[in-house]
Amino acid sequence: MSYLNYHVAQVPTGWRKILHLNWPLVFLVTAVSCIGFLMLYSVSGGDIDRWAGPQMQRFAVGMVVMFALAFVPIWFWRSISVASYVICVLLLVLVEVMGHVGMGAQRWLVLGPIRIQPSELTKVAFVMTLAAYYDWLPVEKVSRPFWVLVPVVLILLPTGLVLMQPDLGTSIMLVAGGGIVMFAAGVSLWYFAAVIAIVVAGITAVMESRGTDWQLLHDYQFKRIDTFLDPGSDPLGAGYNIAQAQIALGSGGWSGRGFMQGTQSRLNFLPEKHTDFIFTSLAEEFGFVGAFSLLMLYVLILGFCLYSALTNRDRFASLMTIGIAGTFFLYFSINMATVMGMLPAKGSPLPLVSYGGTSLMILLMGFGIVQSAHVHRPRG
Amino acid sequence: MRKSEREIAESSRLITRRVVMLGAIQAAVVTALGLKLRSMQIEHADEYRMLSDGNSIKIRLLPPARGLILDRNGTIIAGNEQNYRVTLTREEAGDVSTVIARLRRIIPMTDRQAAEILDEIRKRSAVTPVLVADRLSWAEFSSIALNAPALPGVTPEAGLSRSYPRTGDFAHVLGYVGPVSDYDLSKIENPDPVLRLPEFQLGKVGMEAKLEEALRGKAGSRRVEVNSAGREMRELSRQEGQQGATVQTTLDAGLQNFATQRLGSESAAAVVIDVTSGDILAISSSPVFDPNKFVRGISGPDYRALMEHDHRPLADKTVQGVYPPGSTFKMVTLLAGLEAGVINPGSRFYCPGYIQVAGRRFHCWSRGGHGMVDAQGSLEHSCDVYYYELAQRVGIDRIAVMARKLGIGVRHDLPMSAIAEGIAPDRAWKKVRYDQEWQVGDSLNASIGQGYVLASPLQLAVMAARVATGRAVAPRLVKAIDGLAEPVPDWPDLGINPLHLRTARAGMDAVMNSSRGTARRARILAPEWRMAGKTGTSQVRNITAAERARGVISNDQLPWNRRDHALFVCFAPYDLPRYAVSVVVEHGGGGSAVAAPIARDILLYALAGGLPPLSAYPEAERAKVQEIWSKMNLAPSTRKGEARAKA
Repeated sequence: MSYLNYHVAQVPTGWRKILHLNWPLVFLVTAVSCIGFLMLYSVSGGDIDRWAGPQMQRFAVGMVVMFALAFVPIWFWRSISVASYVICVLLLVLVEVMGHVGMGAQRWLVLGPIRIQPSELTKVAFVMTLAAYYDWLPVEKVSRPFWVLVPVVLILLPTGLVLMQPDLGTSIMLVAGGGIVMFAAGVSLWYFAAVIAIVVAGITAVMESRGTDWQLLHDYQFKRIDTFLDPGSDPLGAGYNIAQAQIALGSGGWSGRGFMQGTQSRLNFLPEKHTDFIFTSLAEEFGFVGAFSLLMLYVLILGFCLYSALTNRDRFASLMTIGIAGTFFLYFSINMATVMGMLPAKGSPLPLVSYGGTSLMILLMGFGIVQSAHVHRPRG
Repeated sequence: MRKSEREIAESSRLITRRVVMLGAIQAAVVTALGLKLRSMQIEHADEYRMLSDGNSIKIRLLPPARGLILDRNGTIIAGNEQNYRVTLTREEAGDVSTVIARLRRIIPMTDRQAAEILDEIRKRSAVTPVLVADRLSWAEFSSIALNAPALPGVTPEAGLSRSYPRTGDFAHVLGYVGPVSDYDLSKIENPDPVLRLPEFQLGKVGMEAKLEEALRGKAGSRRVEVNSAGREMRELSRQEGQQGATVQTTLDAGLQNFATQRLGSESAAAVVIDVTSGDILAISSSPVFDPNKFVRGISGPDYRALMEHDHRPLADKTVQGVYPPGSTFKMVTLLAGLEAGVINPGSRFYCPGYIQVAGRRFHCWSRGGHGMVDAQGSLEHSCDVYYYELAQRVGIDRIAVMARKLGIGVRHDLPMSAIAEGIAPDRAWKKVRYDQEWQVGDSLNASIGQGYVLASPLQLAVMAARVATGRAVAPRLVKAIDGLAEPVPDWPDLGINPLHLRTARAGMDAVMNSSRGTARRARILAPEWRMAGKTGTSQVRNITAAERARGVISNDQLPWNRRDHALFVCFAPYDLPRYAVSVVVEHGGGGSAVAAPIARDILLYALAGGLPPLSAYPEAERAKVQEIWSKMNLAPSTRKGEARAKA
């Protein structure tokens, strides 16, 4: 569908676009971020310059970027999707090459004053590419084997590169994010069932074979898997960390201990209290009421995105929105499940709340594109 | 291409259906999260609140056992031993001074020690256990356990402590561990809580410090129920820690022991390196000290004795010490000249015993001169004038480039402390360092490894290995971590003309094996172990004109710290090199008389995998060798088979 389909005449132009933004979404994102500032202020023990201040500055910049992106017509994103995909893959290759020179896992690319983490950029860029692909592909071809293979390759290429960094967490996110777009585009459910069955069977077979005489991998490879899954990111031993997190979380009770009243001595045992484990501080200080409210705010953000996608008759915009919302969903559910001990420890931030510039910026860019899809949706 | 209304409708229908399904899955996940949250924060909140308040249930860290360090054959060179100790926690003790007073009836303690402990307890937080006494006997330990009711807050613990079964042999390369100090903690961002445990040991220097992260392991934890006095009632759950990684070094405990004993009480260093893999088999600095004393807390007088000893036992001379390499540097100058094309292997210079350059007279060590000397002969006789001539033609910058190519003046990265870079001087270096122009006399001095040139024994061993193989062999100390072998890199070719390398090697061979070689007395007789080497004697002082006028003073007449350094580098077997060795004896005198026999003995031990048969030595040396052996108290070789087969 070319941009002629957008009934350009009916799409708002210039500053009038501001009236057509998805304002509830803007407010929700701001609200969640404010919760983040509050918690960062609290875990720093009242030192605003430590984490809360810098995070606010980044948020301000991020909001400007979000509005700027919202004003860019959605068809622009579709037209650059292939180019952005290629650029991201090249950046990933570049990181791989420079990483080898630097002798170690390197995820950053330094360009003068800017540090780019291509794997994060890729999350948005390749959702865009997949959406554009399904926009271009006639709907009746969606489930034909060849046309299913193409996006699978598109997903696996950057995933493989990220896996080589090695960054298992991000590669799982990429596969899951891509899977969500394919799912939404209408690829037959049998493909998903088959993939899930094969993955489950494969992992079971490999793990079951350990220690038997038909062992599928060498012992040292199993050891590598062990260290790969748990790369010593938490120097305390995962069990101790999670136990402390759970105590902080559970002791919050119904209404929590009050703002800045969490037992800081315990939280000092959590090395990631301002990043990956910030949810435990929130749950400790604001209790079930606070933690559940945050969960509901996330659900509302998700809901507004999905609703926007459903009411958008432009296939590209719709799929793009679903993909970004899906990635957002993965972010918060994986983080919460981890700190509650439902998933093995793996470093992942709580979206919009955890301290950290890259993830905040990428999320706000993503929401900017969601807004752009909303503003420029076909009308009439 | 425009999409038809039908297509758009079909697409929307499909997306709607799928979004509903997706929404259902996401709703299920969110419900699961919500339920878990409810279960933890509402149903089990009281339990967690109790844990959190720490009234009756406490979480105690279980320190991980430190990773073992092994030699290349699997012998433990740094292990852990059982240690009984007692800690005290202020919060649980209540009246600390009373408890200490009671404790003193069981454990002997001076008033000063007691005061120090009280001070420490006040300084730390109320919940931090403070070490009161360690290395208790079993009797003391069980007595404390028995009297537990009268000693609130006192916890008897059986823990592990680092021990070095080979005492001094590996003191410098491994370093030692010690209790974690406030200074250590201040240097670490986000310190691991386990570091705050009173008995925890942290690598302080050497490999223990450099590989701290791998060796430390991961803490376990246990949940225990305590009564109101803080006494442990029962253990609720326990998660064992994970022992630190086992580090297998490239070192050979038998050879290291032999090398250390062979250096004896000299202030000296020896390095043995496998020329193909770069494995360091022995790296010994003497005199040694006992690292176990540092682990236990060294006494004042012991420490003072180590600090005041003029042979500096605490310094690691193998990598920290840098010395003018003297004539052992001549291979560098020779190869620089050959590679630059200013000479060829057959080029000759005339040596009248001295040379006049820039109004100064530079002497050859042989007053009478060597006559006509070619490349091989220049090494064989160690003719200085040959190198003075060569230095003027090739220039310092090309010598410096060759030095760095052969490993001198570059830092070799090993998990050891304070590794020196040495100096391979050139014009730019002198400009920066002294803001002076390079003089031709500087080149002459540098060409024979004097003047500004400085190299560590490690670098000299690397140089010998690189000359022996022509490859950029770099030293390595870690063979495997947790059974995962560290791959041996395929060392790249140095790009030096093989003919030139052969000339240098032939010169080194002649040093040992020709009838007029400077180190002929230290040669190896066994043909399969034929050895090539180069002596070096480097001046520590300037010979004044007055001294020269009086005639050269022999070293023996000088005070120890003004005598020359004795150096020697070598490799063997000559035909197919396996090991390279460097030896530096500080103020030892002559390289051929002092350093060469030591290097030969160590090299032979390495080649034979134990004490070699006496027939490998020249007849004149055998009695002396036997006497040296008889004075040694050698640890058994850790290598299996090989020693037996050869002996």
